Amino acid sequence: MPSYATYLAQRFGQFLLVVFIGINLTYIITHATPIDPVEQSIAAVTSFGNTSPEAIAAMRQSLRELYGLNGAPHEQYLAFWRRIVTADFGPSLSAFPTPVSSLIARALPWTIGLLATATVLTWALGNLLGGLAGYYQDKISLKVLAVIAMALHPVPYYIVAFVLLVMFGYLWPLLPIAGGYAINIEQGFNLGFVLSVLSHALLPALSLILVGLGGWFLGMRALTANIVGEDYVVYAELAGVDRRRILGSYIMRNALLPQVTGLALSLGAIFNGAIITEQVFGYPGVGALLVAGVYAGDYGLVLGVATVSIIGVSAAVLIIDLIYPLIDPRVRTV
Amino acid sequence: MLATVRDLFNYNRQFRLGAILVAAVAGMAALSLASPYPPLDTFVVAPDLPPSLAHPFGTTSRGQDVFWHLSFAIRNTLLFGIVVALMSRVLALAIGLIAGYKGGWLDRLLMAINDTFIAIPLFPILVLVYFVLREAMSWAVLAGIMALLGWAYDARLIRALALSLKTRDFTHTGIFSGMSTRELLVREHLPYVLPIVFATSMNNMNWSIGLEVTLSVLGFTDINSPTVGGMIYWANQHTALVAGVWWWIAFPVLLLVALFIGLFLLAISMNEHIDPRSRLARIGAGGGA
Repeated sequence: MPSYATYLAQRFGQFLLVVFIGINLTYIITHATPIDPVEQSIAAVTSFGNTSPEAIAAMRQSLRELYGLNGAPHEQYLAFWRRIVTADFGPSLSAFPTPVSSLIARALPWTIGLLATATVLTWALGNLLGGLAGYYQDKISLKVLAVIAMALHPVPYYIVAFVLLVMFGYLWPLLPIAGGYAINIEQGFNLGFVLSVLSHALLPALSLILVGLGGWFLGMRALTANIVGEDYVVYAELAGVDRRRILGSYIMRNALLPQVTGLALSLGAIFNGAIITEQVFGYPGVGALLVAGVYAGDYGLVLGVATVSIIGVSAAVLIIDLIYPLIDPRVRTV
Repeated sequence: MLATVRDLFNYNRQFRLGAILVAAVAGMAALSLASPYPPLDTFVVAPDLPPSLAHPFGTTSRGQDVFWHLSFAIRNTLLFGIVVALMSRVLALAIGLIAGYKGGWLDRLLMAINDTFIAIPLFPILVLVYFVLREAMSWAVLAGIMALLGWAYDARLIRALALSLKTRDFTHTGIFSGMSTRELLVREHLPYVLPIVFATSMNNMNWSIGLEVTLSVLGFTDINSPTVGGMIYWANQHTALVAGVWWWIAFPVLLLVALFIGLFLLAISMNEHIDPRSRLARIGAGGGA
């Protein structure tokens, strides 16, 4: 068994590697382009009216650096990294001259809030129900739940979000279907605003939970069903240990370990789903920002969001890795 | 092989349902060969007609028959999934088998890269690729990129199997009888991992088709060649739901859901067949100890 320090160092190394490879991927992609993206972007912006020559020169400079087209190859590469490390993605072309970094900073809390809440809820609920279904295998209600989970699990986020949108937007207009909060409300920490934010988050969160639940449910059910037959469980049952205690402390705690690893592994995919969800429900997070950036031809914004998502997701994975020893004592000891 | 499929079909409800769903979708794709209209033509029929005998799924606002257009779309979409699955399988097999068999620093290096590809959020990367390529983003380019990004999960699984195969007697026999590493992996180890690779291919198809549909719906692919996602994209562009042309969206979505559920059921039932412990656990014969 590795010591806790080695474990930490290992996970942190993996985190750095993910960020390094991810950012290099974005560098390679932007260099494989057959067209000149800089002039294309500038043409798109300047066609709308009179921008001062100095502003265009500054924009061309920052775009050429972002694309890494200035100087010798190694200088280009270093300039690209300098931009990334200082989070300086230049001014946004679609919301000129607001810097990309402040656009992303404004959108990030929405995404993190929605995603963190939905992910934690999905994971907890899915594992709890899955554990119950694996232990009480004859319950009809849990069997029905399994069928629903199996039917929803393979359907991609977009379809579920879209069906929810149609259901609650057109057929039964009950919940707000677009935006992060009502427009006619004073922003700030007051009851009306908080309620508005919550009610607007309900549908996007529900779509994420509906799609995500099935995977955790099915996984946990299978894990639990395997452990139920283990000798120590049979022994505990024969010894008259309370059934809830058997399920909670004897079975689920063991079965949870692969599920925590699974959560770390699937964060990237969950983030993909959140981007779609935001786009479908017009939620003001980074996903909607990314799509808007593509439509507007805003290179700095697209690159910025891609970079921030890579770093954000790997940081979230790192956090889960750091929590892992708390529930797996084998990593803690020695 | 055939007998296995027949047994699965007869005795496994999930496999039967999955096979029927996938066969129905494949049948729909095959019908495209008999289509009376060319796939790319618009305004070949009267627009916005509701489902009727002449047009079973209605017609679109662009004057296409939904049924026949959908047959082309699902054919392209299915083909996309199969091509990505085949290409990424080759990568996953090569990396998984080599990492598991060779071990040591090579294994650690390959698995570090592997875990990186699992953790990276792929959607922003795909969007970035589209952003840079724009018109050059064709069906084949997207399939190639998805294959390059989609091998990691299975490579880990295959490596785990290869680790245990390495300690089996026939591996030692192979080494002592002078087989090269390549020969050993291809002739001795590959047959053992193929069944599980086949099962995970279904999941990989679900993954790649899901991403392709999502990208298409946002308009981030070559939207002029018919795909199911592209159909939904055009329906949204024409605000089909507001205009009451619901059949333009409902039938593509239903067909996709049938495909996703069908592939998923095939994957889990095959998995169960390959790893019978989970089946034993289910009929109450106790865990797999």
